[in-house]
Amino acid sequence: MGLVLLIIIWLITLISTYFFIAKTWWFPVGASAAAAGIDHYFTVTLLLMGIVFVAAQGILGFFAWRYRDRGTSTVAHYSHGNNRLEIAWTVLTFILFVGLNLMSSSIWASERFRPAQPGAVQVEVTGMQFQWYFRYPGPDSKFGATKPELIDPSTGGEGAVGLDATDAASKDDFVTGTMYLPVGREAEVILRAHDVIHSFFVPGMRFKQDAVPGLAIHMHFTPISTGDYEIVCAELCGLGHYKMHGMLKVVSQQEFDAWLTARESEKQ
Amino acid sequence: MATGEFAAHEAHAHAAPQGFIRKWVFSLDHKVIGLQYYFLALTAVFVGMFLSLLMRIHLIWPGVSLPLFGEIKPEAYLSLLTMHGTIMVFFVLTTAPQGGFGNYFLPIQIGAADMAFPVINMLSFWVTFLAYIVMLSAFFVTGGAPLHGWTGYPPLSALPSAGPGEGLGADLWVISIALFCIGALMSALNFITTTLDMRARGMSLMRMPLTCWAWFITAILGLLAFGVLLAAGILLILDRNAGTSFFVPLVTVNGQLAGHKGGSPLLWQHLFWFFGHPEVYIAILPAMGLCSQLVSVFSRKPIFGYKAMVYAMLSIGIMGFMVWGHHMFMSGMSPYSGFAFSVMTMAIGVPSAIKTFNWLGTLWGGKIRFSSPMLFAIGFVSLFVSGGISGPFLAQPVLDIPLHDTYFVTGHFHLIMGVASIFGIFAATYYWFPKMFGRLMNERLARWHFWFSFVGTYAIFMPMHYLGMAGHPRRYSELTEVGYLHNLLPLQKFITYVAFITIAGQFIFLFNLFWSMKFGKKASDNPWEATTLEWTTATPPPHDNFAGRTPVIHHGPYEYSVPGEPRDFVMQTDPLTVAVR
Repeated sequence: MGLVLLIIIWLITLISTYFFIAKTWWFPVGASAAAAGIDHYFTVTLLLMGIVFVAAQGILGFFAWRYRDRGTSTVAHYSHGNNRLEIAWTVLTFILFVGLNLMSSSIWASERFRPAQPGAVQVEVTGMQFQWYFRYPGPDSKFGATKPELIDPSTGGEGAVGLDATDAASKDDFVTGTMYLPVGREAEVILRAHDVIHSFFVPGMRFKQDAVPGLAIHMHFTPISTGDYEIVCAELCGLGHYKMHGMLKVVSQQEFDAWLTARESEKQ
Repeated sequence: MATGEFAAHEAHAHAAPQGFIRKWVFSLDHKVIGLQYYFLALTAVFVGMFLSLLMRIHLIWPGVSLPLFGEIKPEAYLSLLTMHGTIMVFFVLTTAPQGGFGNYFLPIQIGAADMAFPVINMLSFWVTFLAYIVMLSAFFVTGGAPLHGWTGYPPLSALPSAGPGEGLGADLWVISIALFCIGALMSALNFITTTLDMRARGMSLMRMPLTCWAWFITAILGLLAFGVLLAAGILLILDRNAGTSFFVPLVTVNGQLAGHKGGSPLLWQHLFWFFGHPEVYIAILPAMGLCSQLVSVFSRKPIFGYKAMVYAMLSIGIMGFMVWGHHMFMSGMSPYSGFAFSVMTMAIGVPSAIKTFNWLGTLWGGKIRFSSPMLFAIGFVSLFVSGGISGPFLAQPVLDIPLHDTYFVTGHFHLIMGVASIFGIFAATYYWFPKMFGRLMNERLARWHFWFSFVGTYAIFMPMHYLGMAGHPRRYSELTEVGYLHNLLPLQKFITYVAFITIAGQFIFLFNLFWSMKFGKKASDNPWEATTLEWTTATPPPHDNFAGRTPVIHHGPYEYSVPGEPRDFVMQTDPLTVAVR
């Protein structure tokens, strides 16, 4: 029985580890400025935890086989433990775990502690059962007022976010169902929700943030390669949660400007 | 102290009750109450498992029409998910290890005749039972069971208009949770008082089996955590029915103003996770205690580092209350708080690692007997390591950005708080069954059950980590709408196929359990040659546990293979013949 346990535990460890190393199923290609750093720390954590995983399971399987009951000839070793060992592994795991955490804290700080740079492209992202809306402030760079009582999802566009047409700043605001961003420029996203909590998740950008009713959460990320990136909802928001899906199109600055102009002229 | 002992002695002052109702239904006997909790959890675990099977079927065959159920709609999938999580967390993982085995064996292992407050003990079971019935009834009301997930985040959980199931179904859900909290609070008080006041002579705290330490610490966690969840539940009931706005700001659902103003959705998350994180330890601490016990018994060795084990559990208990914010890195909570919570969370990995080292240390140099309880104990250690190792990924906010609310999390917590705890329940069942029912469970069936469960668990939950890395969000009822999910369908199919096999394997256990009650081999009083007090008394134990004797304890619970002793185990009630250390 000890040998069977050894074989099964080792096999499970081997197969599990193989798929992490072979990257058969893996993160999508990272396309934001922060992605490389996040992926790097994932790899570092994976390496360290992988060693612990293989070592612990390996030893467990080995001990099960090595110290199996072999009849009268074997006597169990009488010992209540070893304080030096206890202290040693306490200190080592503390250094490993907390050290790992401190190593990754600089990325967290640059992602979340500092505000967006001036000159970042501003987009307001609004989550609503079961659709993402993206509002751009227009040439005046100011978002107009919205009012909850004006919200009418059936209209799509500006009506869906409850844009108050009487506000001067809202005249040039426009709302789309697809998000456009220029490559290489920081984007400041302002996350809102009007009904329940949603979560704006763009795997390719390594970006995720809940959109919470009552809050306007300011976040930022910088796309570094052009292309289409899927946006999904990562917080259970009701029966259509699975289809709350959107698209982020990262384009060159020229294409982005042309797109903005076209939307502006549609609005006039 | 006087009250506690008095009450317990009072309850056993006369002969055991003979009528069926007083003996088996409204019983004051902790052993019967323990069995009641256990069988409640047993029905709950099969209900919860069945719901998960329906979910797995729907995920890979979304259009299929099932006999009796018909087609599972997306909202029905979310109801299944909500009820699966709630039933498993509350009525299985909280109920069986503590209410079930804790009730039955804590008094016996410390040499007491009963719990400190037998009437409160009976009440806590029946309140829990009521909560269970209320929870199940949510399936049968108009609109069906709620779809807001076991975490019940408002505004989704607070607004009847937010989705099907959010009407009466959600009311029943939150009422059931509140009732459960009341039962759990009463039970926690009882466990704490019993441990502190009812120990037999010689049973100092540091001579208690680690199982008792685990139940004791779990009870303290329960006392502090369930009170907060009860408060949160009451506020949610008020938001839903009395027009208050604790958790709901000004929101518009489907173009209609919901009539609330000024509440904070994050307030619920803080209250919920203040309970929810300690709850993880409430579910797993009893399993940790039990597996420490089993690893020692079946290795025929003292537990490696008894004191370190006690201190590790205590520090897990204390730190467990300072890490709840790691569930909220992406919630809009201050990123500075997120950083602080993440440091604490990484630190709580240390005592968990200490426990693992000590289990391995106990195996080292042992003489291991692979009886079925030991197989599940070794399985527990393996799962605990595998589920634990993904913790340091999720505890770092930077890595939580891509991983939060993906299948990576689902894989992580199912391995560690889900199945590892369930392995604890299985191990406890195989270990204590002979004491409870006087017969041994069939060993061959138990082994088959182990292999199905162990291999199946890994095959189901390890691939979920890969899904999560690929960005697969949790709680998606259909995989048709998002482009990159199509590539992940083969893995989802694999998981469902394995789930079928693994679930089939659980019926081996069910059969073995009931078959052995009637036809199992007769058990002696101490079939495993263990040292703790439950093995010194008759099988099954008499009404007052020790038939009028009061045990006197001479040493700790882990004196195995003591050099110079005639046998390789020395009962706690027998003095050691040789001086140890």
